[in-house]
Amino acid sequence: MVKKTPDELYPILKRFAEKKGITLNPDEEFAKSLIEGFLKKDEMEGYRACPCRLTVGDKEWDRDIICPCDYMMDDVAEFGACFCSLYVSNEYADNVRDGDNIHVSIPERRPIEKLFYPEDE
Amino acid sequence: MPEETPSIKIFALSTCGHCRNTKKWLSEHEIDCEVIDVDLLHGEEKKKCIEEMRGHNPRLTFPTIVIGDDKVLIGYHPDEFEEVFLDGEEDA
Repeated sequence: MVKKTPDELYPILKRFAEKKGITLNPDEEFAKSLIEGFLKKDEMEGYRACPCRLTVGDKEWDRDIICPCDYMMDDVAEFGACFCSLYVSNEYADNVRDGDNIHVSIPERRPIEKLFYPEDE
Repeated sequence: MPEETPSIKIFALSTCGHCRNTKKWLSEHEIDCEVIDVDLLHGEEKKKCIEEMRGHNPRLTFPTIVIGDDKVLIGYHPDEFEEVFLDGEEDA
Protein backbone atom coordinates (compact mmCIF):
# COMPACT_ATOMS: atom_id res chain seq x y z
CA MET A 1 0.00 0.00 0.00
CA VAL A 2 1.55 3.36 -1.09
CA LYS A 3 1.80 5.57 1.97
CA LYS A 4 0.21 9.01 1.59
CA THR A 5 2.22 12.11 2.42
CA PRO A 6 1.09 14.97 4.70
CA ASP A 7 0.58 17.12 1.58
CA GLU A 8 -1.73 14.48 0.10
CA LEU A 9 -3.58 13.82 3.37
CA TYR A 10 -4.20 17.47 4.34
CA PRO A 11 -6.98 18.12 1.74
CA ILE A 12 -8.54 14.70 2.37
CA LEU A 13 -8.70 15.27 6.15
CA LYS A 14 -9.93 18.83 5.58
CA ARG A 15 -12.91 17.55 3.58
CA PHE A 16 -13.56 14.94 6.31
CA ALA A 17 -13.51 17.69 8.96
CA GLU A 18 -15.74 20.02 6.95
CA LYS A 19 -18.38 17.28 6.68
CA LYS A 20 -18.44 17.31 10.49
CA GLY A 21 -18.87 21.08 10.57
CA ILE A 22 -15.32 21.77 11.72
CA THR A 23 -12.03 22.20 9.85
CA LEU A 24 -8.28 21.60 10.02
CA ASN A 25 -5.83 23.99 11.66
CA PRO A 26 -5.33 26.73 9.01
CA ASP A 27 -1.65 26.93 10.00
CA GLU A 28 -0.92 24.40 7.24
CA GLU A 29 2.73 23.93 8.12
CA PHE A 30 1.81 23.12 11.74
CA ALA A 31 -1.11 20.89 10.70
CA LYS A 32 1.11 18.97 8.28
CA SER A 33 3.70 18.49 11.04
CA LEU A 34 0.94 16.86 13.11
CA ILE A 35 -0.09 14.65 10.18
CA GLU A 36 3.58 13.76 9.77
CA GLY A 37 3.52 12.94 13.49
CA PHE A 38 0.68 10.42 13.26
CA LEU A 39 2.21 8.89 10.13
CA LYS A 40 5.40 8.41 12.15
CA LYS A 41 3.31 6.81 14.93
CA ASP A 42 1.92 4.47 12.24
CA GLU A 43 5.47 3.46 11.35
CA MET A 44 6.58 3.11 14.98
CA GLU A 45 3.47 1.53 16.51
CA GLY A 46 1.47 0.18 13.56
CA TYR A 47 -1.49 2.54 13.99
CA ARG A 48 -2.12 6.23 13.40
CA ALA A 49 -2.26 7.34 17.00
CA CYS A 50 -2.49 10.93 18.24
CA PRO A 51 0.96 12.49 17.65
CA CYS A 52 0.84 14.30 21.00
CA ARG A 53 0.08 11.35 23.27
CA LEU A 54 2.24 8.58 24.63
CA THR A 55 1.32 5.24 23.05
CA VAL A 56 2.13 1.69 24.13
CA GLY A 57 2.26 -0.27 20.86
CA ASP A 58 -1.01 -2.07 21.65
CA LYS A 59 -3.65 -1.05 19.07
CA GLU A 60 -6.54 -2.37 21.17
CA TRP A 61 -5.40 -0.45 24.28
CA ASP A 62 -4.80 2.76 22.31
CA ARG A 63 -7.94 2.47 20.13
CA ASP A 64 -9.43 5.59 21.80
CA ILE A 65 -6.53 7.76 20.65
CA ILE A 66 -6.29 6.61 17.03
CA CYS A 67 -6.63 9.84 15.06
CA PRO A 68 -9.28 11.29 14.98
CA CYS A 69 -9.42 10.32 18.65
CA ASP A 70 -12.59 9.52 20.58
CA TYR A 71 -12.26 12.89 22.36
CA MET A 72 -11.83 15.10 19.27
CA MET A 73 -15.39 16.40 18.82
CA ASP A 74 -15.86 17.13 22.54
CA ASP A 75 -12.51 18.97 22.71
CA VAL A 76 -13.26 21.01 19.59
CA ALA A 77 -16.71 21.88 20.97
CA GLU A 78 -15.33 22.93 24.37
CA PHE A 79 -11.90 24.39 23.56
CA GLY A 80 -12.06 25.05 19.83
CA ALA A 81 -9.33 22.53 19.11
CA CYS A 82 -8.63 18.85 19.54
CA PHE A 83 -5.87 17.68 21.89
CA CYS A 84 -3.10 18.11 19.31
CA SER A 85 -4.82 21.05 17.51
CA LEU A 86 -5.09 19.33 14.14
CA TYR A 87 -8.91 19.57 14.13
CA VAL A 88 -10.34 22.96 15.05
CA SER A 89 -13.64 24.83 15.05
CA ASN A 90 -14.33 27.32 12.27
CA GLU A 91 -14.22 30.13 14.84
CA TYR A 92 -10.80 28.94 16.11
CA ALA A 93 -9.60 28.80 12.48
CA ASP A 94 -10.77 32.38 11.87
CA ASN A 95 -8.82 33.53 14.95
CA VAL A 96 -5.68 31.79 13.73
CA ARG A 97 -6.08 33.45 10.33
CA ASP A 98 -6.51 36.82 12.08
CA GLY A 99 -3.09 36.24 13.59
CA ASP A 100 -4.24 35.46 17.11
CA ASN A 101 -1.30 33.60 18.61
CA ILE A 102 -3.44 30.97 20.34
CA HIS A 103 -1.63 28.36 22.41
CA VAL A 104 -4.39 26.59 24.30
CA SER A 105 -3.38 23.52 26.29
CA ILE A 106 -6.26 21.10 25.98
CA PRO A 107 -6.73 19.13 29.21
CA GLU A 108 -6.37 15.36 28.75
CA ARG A 109 -9.87 13.87 28.57
CA ARG A 110 -8.57 10.31 28.45
CA PRO A 111 -9.44 8.32 31.62
CA ILE A 112 -6.40 8.29 33.93
CA GLU A 113 -6.37 4.49 34.15
CA LYS A 114 -5.53 4.47 30.45
CA LEU A 115 -2.16 6.02 31.40
CA PHE A 116 -1.20 2.86 33.36
CA TYR A 117 -0.57 0.11 30.79
CA PRO A 118 -0.94 -3.32 32.50
CA GLU A 119 2.08 -4.92 30.77
CA ASP A 120 4.28 -2.11 32.18
CA GLU A 121 3.15 -2.65 35.80
CA MET B 1 29.57 33.03 44.16
CA PRO B 2 27.42 33.31 41.01
CA GLU B 3 23.92 31.85 41.39
CA GLU B 4 23.83 28.34 39.89
CA THR B 5 21.46 28.00 36.86
CA PRO B 6 18.84 25.34 37.60
CA SER B 7 18.75 22.28 35.35
CA ILE B 8 16.04 22.26 32.67
CA LYS B 9 14.63 18.93 31.47
CA ILE B 10 12.03 18.56 28.70
CA PHE B 11 9.90 15.42 28.48
CA ALA B 12 8.75 15.38 24.85
CA LEU B 13 7.45 13.19 22.03
CA SER B 14 9.27 13.06 18.69
CA THR B 15 5.89 13.09 16.90
CA CYS B 16 4.28 16.07 18.68
CA GLY B 17 4.04 19.49 17.00
CA HIS B 18 3.78 21.35 20.32
CA CYS B 19 6.95 19.62 21.54
CA ARG B 20 8.66 20.58 18.28
CA ASN B 21 7.65 24.25 18.76
CA THR B 22 8.92 24.13 22.37
CA LYS B 23 12.30 22.67 21.37
CA LYS B 24 12.56 25.32 18.62
CA TRP B 25 11.71 28.18 21.02
CA LEU B 26 14.27 27.03 23.61
CA SER B 27 16.98 26.52 21.00
CA GLU B 28 16.31 29.91 19.37
CA HIS B 29 16.61 31.56 22.80
CA GLU B 30 19.74 29.52 23.58
CA ILE B 31 18.28 27.97 26.69
CA ASP B 32 20.46 25.07 27.75
CA CYS B 33 18.29 22.04 28.47
CA GLU B 34 18.09 18.25 28.36
CA VAL B 35 15.47 17.02 25.88
CA ILE B 36 14.09 13.49 26.25
CA ASP B 37 11.91 12.09 23.47
CA VAL B 38 10.11 9.56 25.65
CA ASP B 39 8.56 7.75 22.68
CA LEU B 40 12.04 6.87 21.36
CA LEU B 41 13.11 5.14 24.60
CA HIS B 42 12.61 1.43 25.26
CA GLY B 43 12.19 -1.08 28.08
CA GLU B 44 13.38 -0.23 31.58
CA GLU B 45 14.78 3.16 30.55
CA LYS B 46 11.38 4.21 29.17
CA LYS B 47 9.55 2.90 32.24
CA LYS B 48 11.85 4.82 34.62
CA CYS B 49 11.52 7.98 32.56
CA ILE B 50 7.69 7.75 32.58
CA GLU B 51 7.70 7.25 36.34
CA GLU B 52 9.94 10.30 36.79
CA MET B 53 7.67 12.35 34.52
CA ARG B 54 4.55 11.11 36.32
CA GLY B 55 6.00 12.57 39.52
CA HIS B 56 5.89 16.01 37.90
CA ASN B 57 2.79 15.65 35.71
CA PRO B 58 0.47 12.74 36.58
CA ARG B 59 -1.53 13.25 33.38
CA LEU B 60 1.57 12.52 31.29
CA THR B 61 0.89 15.33 28.82
CA PHE B 62 3.60 16.73 26.58
CA PRO B 63 5.73 18.77 26.60
CA THR B 64 6.43 18.70 30.31
CA ILE B 65 9.27 21.05 31.30
CA VAL B 66 10.93 20.61 34.68
CA ILE B 67 13.09 23.46 35.99
CA GLY B 68 15.31 22.60 38.93
CA ASP B 69 13.62 20.20 41.30
CA ASP B 70 10.01 21.24 41.23
CA LYS B 71 9.02 24.07 38.87
CA VAL B 72 6.94 22.48 36.10
CA LEU B 73 5.61 24.02 32.88
CA ILE B 74 3.18 22.02 30.71
CA GLY B 75 2.43 22.70 27.04
CA TYR B 76 3.79 25.17 24.49
CA HIS B 77 3.22 28.68 25.87
CA PRO B 78 5.75 31.21 24.51
CA ASP B 79 4.45 34.00 26.75
CA GLU B 80 5.02 31.88 29.82
CA PHE B 81 8.44 30.80 28.51
CA GLU B 82 9.45 34.46 28.13
CA GLU B 83 8.47 35.20 31.69
CA VAL B 84 10.23 32.17 33.14
CA PHE B 85 13.33 31.96 30.96
CA LEU B 86 13.90 35.55 29.89
CA ASP B 87 12.47 37.35 32.95
CA GLY B 88 10.20 39.16 30.50
CA GLU B 89 13.26 40.68 28.65
CA GLU B 90 11.48 40.44 25.31
CA ASP B 91 9.03 43.19 26.45
CA ALA B 92 11.87 45.61 27.42
